[in-house]
Amino acid sequence: MNNGNDKKVIGKPFRKVDARAKCTGQTLFADDITLPRMLYAKLLRSPVPHALIRSIDTSEALKLDGVIAIITGKDLPIPYGILPVSQDEHTLSVDKVRFIGDPVAAVAALDEDIAFEAMNLIRVEYEPLTPVASIEDAIKIEEPRIHDYGDGGNIHKRVTLEFGDMEEGFSQADLVSEDIFFYEGNTHLPLEQHCALARFDADEKLTLWSSTQTPHYVHRALAKTLGLAASHIRVIATPNGGGFGGKSDPFNHEIAVAKLAIITGRPVKITLTREEVFYCHRGRHPVLMWIKTGVKRDGSITAMHFRSFLDGGAYGSYGVASTFYTGALQTVTYEVPRYKFEGLRAFTNKPPCGPKRGHGTPQPRFALEVHIDKIAEKLGLDPARMRREHLQPPFSVTANYLRVGTMGLGRCIDKVVEGADWNNKFRKLPSGRGVGIACSSYLSGAGLPIYWNNMPHSGVQLRLDRQGGVCVMCGSTDIGQGSDSILAYIVAEVLGIDPFDIRVLTADTDLTPVDLGSYSSRVTLMTGNAALQAAERARELLTMAVSEKLNAPIENISFADRRAFDVENPEVGVSFAEAVQLAEAKFGTIGTVGSYTPPRSPGKFKGAGVGPSPAYSYSAAVAEVAVDVETGIVVVEKVWVAHDIGQSINPALVMGQVEGSIYMGLGEALMEEMTYRANRNVVHKFPSLLEYKSPTTLEMCDVVTYLIEDPDPNGPFGAKEVGQGPLLPVPPAVVNAIYDAVGVRIDEVPATPEKVLAALRAKEKGKDARYGPKSIPHVEWPAPLKVLPPSEGGDGKEMPREAVHARD
Amino acid sequence: MSDKSLLQLMVNGETIEVAFAPHKTLLEVLREDMNLIGTKHGCELGECGTCAVLIDGLPVLSCLVLGLDCESRDIMTIEGMASGPELHPLQTTFADLGAAQCGYCTPGFLLTAKELLDKNPSPARDEIREALAGNLCRCTGYIKIYEAVELAAALLRGEEAQPARESIYGSE
Repeated sequence: MNNGNDKKVIGKPFRKVDARAKCTGQTLFADDITLPRMLYAKLLRSPVPHALIRSIDTSEALKLDGVIAIITGKDLPIPYGILPVSQDEHTLSVDKVRFIGDPVAAVAALDEDIAFEAMNLIRVEYEPLTPVASIEDAIKIEEPRIHDYGDGGNIHKRVTLEFGDMEEGFSQADLVSEDIFFYEGNTHLPLEQHCALARFDADEKLTLWSSTQTPHYVHRALAKTLGLAASHIRVIATPNGGGFGGKSDPFNHEIAVAKLAIITGRPVKITLTREEVFYCHRGRHPVLMWIKTGVKRDGSITAMHFRSFLDGGAYGSYGVASTFYTGALQTVTYEVPRYKFEGLRAFTNKPPCGPKRGHGTPQPRFALEVHIDKIAEKLGLDPARMRREHLQPPFSVTANYLRVGTMGLGRCIDKVVEGADWNNKFRKLPSGRGVGIACSSYLSGAGLPIYWNNMPHSGVQLRLDRQGGVCVMCGSTDIGQGSDSILAYIVAEVLGIDPFDIRVLTADTDLTPVDLGSYSSRVTLMTGNAALQAAERARELLTMAVSEKLNAPIENISFADRRAFDVENPEVGVSFAEAVQLAEAKFGTIGTVGSYTPPRSPGKFKGAGVGPSPAYSYSAAVAEVAVDVETGIVVVEKVWVAHDIGQSINPALVMGQVEGSIYMGLGEALMEEMTYRANRNVVHKFPSLLEYKSPTTLEMCDVVTYLIEDPDPNGPFGAKEVGQGPLLPVPPAVVNAIYDAVGVRIDEVPATPEKVLAALRAKEKGKDARYGPKSIPHVEWPAPLKVLPPSEGGDGKEMPREAVHARD
Repeated sequence: MSDKSLLQLMVNGETIEVAFAPHKTLLEVLREDMNLIGTKHGCELGECGTCAVLIDGLPVLSCLVLGLDCESRDIMTIEGMASGPELHPLQTTFADLGAAQCGYCTPGFLLTAKELLDKNPSPARDEIREALAGNLCRCTGYIKIYEAVELAAALLRGEEAQPARESIYGSE
């Protein structure tokens, strides 16, 4: 039995089950699949940012030899979108285009060259509309509207949540500080371009292979937009060549090839160019933030008020969730007894933003951690110690009703402080060199599904055959993080077999039970729990049969080394295959299922759906930098990071996720940005891998990693997430280190040499030694939804309006 | 449509006759006309290193070379790196250390690293960085890749090498 200290698989650095395939070029990514009579598709995209479509003429293109079909918006009139509240996308624009890159027509042809030539023959007449280029524009320009829904004008969403009496909270403070920050948008940049291949069979069933992180949501979007019964649609997510959140929406190209396959009766494939991947985007929202915090002299927080303004781009995508996420996790690291959040998401005529690694939380985390650094300095406190002394307690509920389980942040801080030799470096290194610290937390899966339902978030089916073969089936999608392997490791541990004995079949809506997808760091915890349940149920059947055979009590039967045996007499036993045979003879064909639904969240108010998670991971990081005062160039030399993982299912994979997160955070801290130029700033500045700067081996820093293991009761074997959390402390740690090095505050990332130099010049001239936004737009916020915090006797529900008025 | 050219290409030690349109890049010829889909594409503009193959032993971006220019050259793709079921030491260490996460950039990294180790059996960390600077990886932060290259180098030198404990379990 797994009593916690004799594990054969969990906690061991096994290879990934697909490692050999990936290292020999045998993994089949979507674009590696070709089918007989396959056609190639291209999307004609809008060259203008905001315009009405007057007419589309495809007649010349259709005459071209080798063009098989062309579709436009009228062929797919039903809208879709990832969130039920934002069904605002069309496969092909129907009456207007909303950004440069918005598709208007799709061509299927014998080869890509012909499809490309055909696109040049399609005539589209546009009537230009005023483009909306920024958050400020969106607040100012009420007409024309980009969408005819939302919270007025070009505001997509506006929200105010208030937990406790803010005035009283601030009045208890010895110091009240305010700061303004900006986090520039950036993109996922997976090396595999999005690709989808559709086939409509003679039996009128549709199959779509796609590099998607969320086959279940693609399945739903196809059924909706095509008007086809979901039972006639099969979606297979191919291994993703990198995702990072960028393949989490249902995409227009997926629906377009499905429709073209239905029309032509032939398989149709589309592979986006690198430039098109930049237009798909769904990346990090640019966010302007204002934060006001009251603290006591010892650094304890009395109240915090946070405002965020998100530049959402042209469509809803996950944006409503992103907006709430910019206000959700401020409370889970340090105790915040009273908390208020106001958030706004703007529609602009730019590629749509969405979820990127950390989804809506790296931006506020950057603001919070730099803000805390400034407060510590004002109070004359060491920023590491100040954080350490005011942690949110484990097994507690925050002011905004997030239930925290295990909480390893204190140990994380201790590790990086010691490892980095913080006490001998902070404010003590020579000018030009500095260290900075920051902490963070992230979800191990969202507590609520994207569309409301009370079904499990993850399901696993297990099939055992009489030869001893085990097949685990799950809807989860391996995007490189190793989720297929996690399933094998957990099942192998429970059944006492080798992970490589197991066949893993995933991400196929015909063959595997639903898993909601690879997003919000949910997969290890949720599919892991489902796999654990299915495997334990299978072990129970085997145990009964083996106990009968061995004439040993049920509680004595154990599984290890491909055997089932009597623990009191270990040499007496049967092989694993024999155990299955005994069970099959006794019970019939052996198959079990397992599923997982997260625990209910204590928050019951509107908006409480974003933020809850079965478990929160914690990270702390120290960055050491060298700043060249002549050029403004910042070199991050080393990052020490400690991550509270709960329990590593496979430490080698955990290390890979930590290092990859540090890398991606470093890119966001120093160089990565989605920026726009000319034509009212809505033309993408550099939709190419060369000019969108990302760290190469030459920019990547050294990383020292510490894994903190404190098993969480909600995780399988105690495991929490690792794929996203360790990214979050990097940008603020780097920026705090720049201040330690040269005494200037860079309140905006990426901290490019231009910004650092501008701040250094300002400092020289005796001006504010800072680079960053100076003001926030004036906005009329909605009346707050008030919820009394649990510490003040709140029940998680919105306070009755009368009581609200009485308190006002 | 353009007329196709017929020529013989030597790929992974095998000479194969192949007909393709003369404007096609080696990347396209490998993937589309020879079904060697182990070579991946990330940009088709020479920016990411994903499509790297070895030509006459040197790493080359196959998206920047015309197929026509490759006649009588010795081309190696990822499919030629293992000998039958036996993996090249780099493939073994990449698999063991998790240097391949999504695996999409992996063929390009493996071939580029192979060329490095062919000419320099004991590269320093900075020499590995330099050699791999033209290959982008978005998953790993490159660290597991360096460690896998260093471990493979040791194995190729005949040493009995193990991965460092802290690279798998973290620092104490």
